[in-house]
Amino acid sequence: MSDAERNHRGQLAVSLASGAVFGVGLAVSGMTRPEKVRGFLDFLGRWDPSLAFVMGGAVLVHTVAFWRITKRRSPVFASRFGIPTRRDIDARLVVGAALFGIGWGLGGFCPGPGVTSLVGGAPPVVAFVLAMVASLAVTARIESAR
Amino acid sequence: MHLSPDWIRAAIGGALIGISATLMLAFNGRVTGISGIVGGVVHPSPGDVAWRALFLVGLVLGGLAVYAVTPAAFAAPAVKLGTAALAGVFVGVGTRLGNGCTSGHGVCGLSRFSVRSLVATLTFITTGAVTVALTGGAR
Repeated sequence: MSDAERNHRGQLAVSLASGAVFGVGLAVSGMTRPEKVRGFLDFLGRWDPSLAFVMGGAVLVHTVAFWRITKRRSPVFASRFGIPTRRDIDARLVVGAALFGIGWGLGGFCPGPGVTSLVGGAPPVVAFVLAMVASLAVTARIESAR
Repeated sequence: MHLSPDWIRAAIGGALIGISATLMLAFNGRVTGISGIVGGVVHPSPGDVAWRALFLVGLVLGGLAVYAVTPAAFAAPAVKLGTAALAGVFVGVGTRLGNGCTSGHGVCGLSRFSVRSLVATLTFITTGAVTVALTGGAR
């Protein structure tokens, strides 16, 4: 097996494993219970801050890891790191994040928990994911046509 | 304020998400942003689809593993079908325009101290909170 082939296979295996760990993490954390998520966002009502520990735990682990790992010359199965480098704050970023937040508050799902929750097979979850996927695709097409 | 005692599960789940993002970075050199990963499947560039598809398969398999043990870890949103679809449209358009969601900005971006991700995260938490307040609060 060539190095390129070995790296390619390695990347695919790690992607599957990373997805599985992510899915377990989401389901364990409570992020796959949309009313709990809405409770986290309900600052003015019966605010349940417990889900702050999801982002807190993830950021704590990944901050330590990120700054150690990126000191290396390259990742294990690729020639370089592909990390976003933009630093500008533009209207698109803020408007996009604002719209995303509205959808997150409305349904109680962000993209990961939506996809993971497909295992429950509930119709509103399927509707959420289909609408999300379709609108991602349409927005991407409009962007690339411009 | 009502801190639910399952904050410990939240922290453990969060740590697992951090480990997942760390695997992706250390081995593949990539950022674990779910909206970006889905976006690259529905709007593909050649040779850049398989790893994304496998990540999403893993995401569902991970969910399935927890579902097999504790189905109560999952709940359907307490909204009508149309509202759920509308939420999906806002999330799809918003994450594409804003280049990320809770994972790409909230976890990966904050971990590398990205100011863009900090701005995005504060923005979506704020509009999310306003939306919940305007739609009757959590049940």
